[in-house]
Amino acid sequence: MGVREKNPGADPVQEQGADDMASPRTIGGIIAIAAVAGAIAVAAMIWRPAIAAVEPPAPQSFDSALVKRGRALAEIGNCNDCHTVRGAKDFAGGLAVPTPFGIVYSSNITPDPETGIGRWSEAAFRRAMQSGVDRDGRHLYPTFPYDHFTHVSDEDDRALYAYLMTRRPVHAPARDNELSFPFNQRIVVAGWKLLFLRHGTFQPDSTKSAEWNRGAYLVEGLAHCGACHTPRNALGAERIRAAFAGGDVENWHAYAINSQSPAAVPWDADALFLYLRQGWHPDHGVARGPMAQVVSNLSAVPESDVRAIAVYMADMSGAPTPDRKRRGEDVLARAASRPTPQGGSGDVSGGAVYAAACATCHGGDRAPPFGGIDLALSSAISGPDARNVANIVLSGIRPREGERSPIMPGFADSMTDEQIAALLSYLRARFSDQPAWTSTVEIVRDARRSQSALLQISPSPRNAPTEATKRDKP
Amino acid sequence: MMTLKVNGHDHQVDADPDTPLLYVLRDDLKLNAAKFGCGLGQCGSCTVIVDGKAVLSCVTPLVLLEGKKVTTLEGLGTIETPAPIQRAFIEEQAAQCGYCIAGIMMRAQALLQRNSKPTDAEIRAELELNLCRCGTHMRILRAVRRASQLMRTADASPSQRRTP
Repeated sequence: MGVREKNPGADPVQEQGADDMASPRTIGGIIAIAAVAGAIAVAAMIWRPAIAAVEPPAPQSFDSALVKRGRALAEIGNCNDCHTVRGAKDFAGGLAVPTPFGIVYSSNITPDPETGIGRWSEAAFRRAMQSGVDRDGRHLYPTFPYDHFTHVSDEDDRALYAYLMTRRPVHAPARDNELSFPFNQRIVVAGWKLLFLRHGTFQPDSTKSAEWNRGAYLVEGLAHCGACHTPRNALGAERIRAAFAGGDVENWHAYAINSQSPAAVPWDADALFLYLRQGWHPDHGVARGPMAQVVSNLSAVPESDVRAIAVYMADMSGAPTPDRKRRGEDVLARAASRPTPQGGSGDVSGGAVYAAACATCHGGDRAPPFGGIDLALSSAISGPDARNVANIVLSGIRPREGERSPIMPGFADSMTDEQIAALLSYLRARFSDQPAWTSTVEIVRDARRSQSALLQISPSPRNAPTEATKRDKP
Repeated sequence: MMTLKVNGHDHQVDADPDTPLLYVLRDDLKLNAAKFGCGLGQCGSCTVIVDGKAVLSCVTPLVLLEGKKVTTLEGLGTIETPAPIQRAFIEEQAAQCGYCIAGIMMRAQALLQRNSKPTDAEIRAELELNLCRCGTHMRILRAVRRASQLMRTADASPSQRRTP
């Protein structure tokens, strides 16, 4: 505009020739066009259309075999863990999921037409799984692990849809997320997807067995193991290059399950299978914390799928080095001989507490599930931080309703934070070759404060009847 | 030698710091209400109250009890003047063999002290840790409900007593 004011009578053609491409007007125009084009491009990337609502399909319209397959898939996907509040109605959502950016509440995925997914078509459901977009076209937060679910096949999405649409509808409106700005703007999620959501990256590996490939498909997709076991970057995305190197979830540490696993005895496919299937392994201990729900779900799915997961994960953790293998054998041999416990190497009161409160089970001659694991075998003791063992000492190990499980009494009511901290330091010094933990008192205090609900209240029983109407009956 | 405060009295106890409280209660202080069941903290028959909380005395070493107040069933009431929880268990005839009952009464007492009107679900959740093999569970639940009522009504006096 400035040019025109200086030369009011100038011929536009002449002006263009005289000023060439340097004309501020032209530049302004280009910028404007680029901005509009950019805005359109961005809008195209972030804008998703609504998918038309459908009449809720009748439960009878789904093939029962498909529903049954969907049930097993939902268990592999651990859907109930986030979408069911303990003690509340199945899949009705409302569970607070803490993230570094605030609290995200899980959604109602029952077929309720108003508050659930009752009016979602299969296409809308599939789009949510593949792209993290709800039926209205809103971007879903990646707390819903669609970075994994995008790898789920259309066929499996169909079965999951059939299963969910045949659950009992529950009227439960969504709770508003508690996220700070700018994370409360869903547009941010579109940017996150540009950076981190990759479609179609999972491809079968023809050099591996069918079982390995089945395991890879499940682990990388529906089972979303990396969601907990892979560390996340500052934007909350999994660090692909550190796959399975250990992560954090609900004030628990999810152990590294690659070559950096802290397990005293290296995992192999057989041990993983038993652990995932029954929830404990004599050489590794009991799955607790957020993992408890995972193994509870895996107890009811086809055995071949659990074995496939074990085969793939054993390969991910790799064959142990001869040195590591030998150390594992040493620890096992020592555990078998079970020397009489005595205090000494660690804090005196920690040693006394161990001898009186822990050793009767953990130093006895019975292996899990009837006795406690020798703590030299426990990843909780050799792991990188003290949170898991603090959680366990406080709350113990309680079976879920209707489940068989090893049990351990909690000591929250009989020990102070300082006493537990002293015990943890003693256990670390005596039962691992790892450097001492720091700030154990603070860790115990935090653990006491945020006692995981998973340990406090039993969720739905294992092997709950598929038929929703039978759930509340004895 | 350490001082152990049990049922309002100080006792000088000569035992290793890692001795479980249960052994001292039964062997040294001759307070035999708390029972040795499994010795592993899995059955609940050894439950006593420490500073208002139900604790498994078989896995609680003396070293943890410095300066704390221990209450056993003997500290709640006597045969002549039973505490509400004891009266309720007698009135509901909630014991069969009775081995687990002292522990169950102590855990129920701790529950009622912090929550005078628990729901059935809360009672069940609390007592989940205490096993009873005779199967008097329904009577036990009724007894705890009755105790809750007794403790909230004047009817409970004169035997109404709080733990020391």
